[in-house]
Amino acid sequence: MSRRLRLAVLAVGGTGLAALLVLACLDLPSFGGRWHPYGEAAVRASLDRHTANTVAFVNFDLRAHDTLGEMSILFAAVVGCVVLLRQARDEHREPPQPSDVAPPVRRYALLVLPVALVVGLYVVAHGQLSPGGGFQGGVVAATALHLLYLGADYRALERVRPIGTYEVTDALGTCAYLVVGLAGVLAGTAFLANTLLPYGTFNTLSSGGTVPLLNAAIGMEVTSAVVVLLARFLDQAVEIEEEQGS
Amino acid sequence: MTHVFPYLIAVWIFLVGCYGLATSRNLIHAVGCLAVCQSATYVLLLAVGYRDGATAPVFSDLEPGTRPLVDPVVQALALTDIVVGATVTALLLALVLQVAKRHGTVDPDELSELRG
Repeated sequence: MSRRLRLAVLAVGGTGLAALLVLACLDLPSFGGRWHPYGEAAVRASLDRHTANTVAFVNFDLRAHDTLGEMSILFAAVVGCVVLLRQARDEHREPPQPSDVAPPVRRYALLVLPVALVVGLYVVAHGQLSPGGGFQGGVVAATALHLLYLGADYRALERVRPIGTYEVTDALGTCAYLVVGLAGVLAGTAFLANTLLPYGTFNTLSSGGTVPLLNAAIGMEVTSAVVVLLARFLDQAVEIEEEQGS
Repeated sequence: MTHVFPYLIAVWIFLVGCYGLATSRNLIHAVGCLAVCQSATYVLLLAVGYRDGATAPVFSDLEPGTRPLVDPVVQALALTDIVVGATVTALLLALVLQVAKRHGTVDPDELSELRG
């Protein structure tokens, strides 16, 4: 299909889609309105079960099954990337050459690294109380490790980041989520139902029943998943070279 | 019109992303356009959950019942959306890397021929 024809088809389809979407939008409840029945029900349920962060409550209690699916998608994507970005037959590994880092970059990266790591772990641990949770904190913690690549060099990063361990941790995080769900079945309730543990004192670290446990499992999984993903991409960029003349 | 304006913004972002996808000359650019399409859904979800004068649905420093709250359900959905978007982007970029290696180009128009 020529470019001109493609643009014409796109213009027709796009105009039709735009008209339908705008018509649909005009019928939506008006922006900023006071009518949020599901939100109010979720807030009530969250307060009943002593979880201060309602968003974490929705993710790890009301919609725990969906989070299981979401986590499986992440896990499958990591497995897919590991397979796609493996070293091919016509490639070899070239040990990366160390190069100079500008002193301010090095200083700043090494200064921020521990702070970022602790912030990441804090965000994971307080997921059931304050904004954040396993997904957000996991990404912060995983990227914190990569400040070592900016501040020092790739070999320093590889020393603190044994990929095999992170791949195992990724699988263990996924398993931990399932085990917490199955514990509910063994205790005579339902899979992933948050009726297993006492709900604790409102607004303390141990409140919310199984929410902190599921949150920690997700934190573990996301941290290792991001580390593994970034490691595979960095390997491609830094280490894996194509054979000459192939 | 103003009462649905944020929804229309979401529609606009989505269509811009679609236009970028259809006219893209570079697969990495196309993956970026897909991320733009997806960010339309964040805008839509958060706009649906917004409530005038409301605050975040987090009670770590808020007495329950003192202030109206925005809808936490759509915020949780937006989080799911972001996670899925990130994984899809990672997987697509890995595929683009393989395409670049095997075919030596990332222009979708030059990738029409089949190769064994």
